[in-house]
Amino acid sequence: MNTLMHGLRAWVIQRVSAVYLALFTVYLFFHFTFHPPADFSAWQLWLSEPWVFIAIALFFIAVLLHAWVGVRDVIIDYVHPVWLRFSVLTLAVISLLVMGVWFGRVLLGVTS
Amino acid sequence: MIIQKKPPVFLNLLKIKLPLQGVLSILHRISGVILFIFIPFVIYFFERSLQGEAGFSEVVSMLDSNIAKLFIALLCWGLAHHLFAGVRFLLLDFDVAIDKKASRISAQIVFVMGFAIFILTLGVLF
Repeated sequence: MNTLMHGLRAWVIQRVSAVYLALFTVYLFFHFTFHPPADFSAWQLWLSEPWVFIAIALFFIAVLLHAWVGVRDVIIDYVHPVWLRFSVLTLAVISLLVMGVWFGRVLLGVTS
Repeated sequence: MIIQKKPPVFLNLLKIKLPLQGVLSILHRISGVILFIFIPFVIYFFERSLQGEAGFSEVVSMLDSNIAKLFIALLCWGLAHHLFAGVRFLLLDFDVAIDKKASRISAQIVFVMGFAIFILTLGVLF
């Protein structure tokens, strides 16, 4: 039961994050096609709008969750020796955490 | 007592003729891994672009090189294929276009749209 719940939870996370990522990616595509930032101050101004800031923070959280479930599936399917699977999974988690903290720092620096 | 027989396994990748839906699926995985690898580079350029006027123009000029443009085109294809194939999988979850014929057509649409985005990106960049 426990493993089933885990599988179901991962499945739901994968799909919910996918919907948000898809919608926001389409938005970003049209935004940058029709309003590319002309210079640094325009770029910074756009990013410091509260809703853009929040939407991008959510976007990155969704990226990390989606990437985690995705690479987890790929690793479990193709990496069979237990020690190697464990190592690669650990490496994936650590790199995702590092990227999360790094991006968080950059994003918080936008307003300062 | 149930005796579990080993199922026959045939994994000669060169001889397996994968249906188009299967090719789409494996490319969904491959593009996903490509996108994963691109994440730190995207963060790096994002960070640099926010380090003042100098950082911003440095990123603009770095992304202007031919090699960078090829990587951007690859990234855009990966993103497009992953997104379109992902939408197709979500629809399949809801049994939309679930039969063999319809799923083949939707796979063709995904390939064409991904390729179109790739060409479009190359056209805009070069």
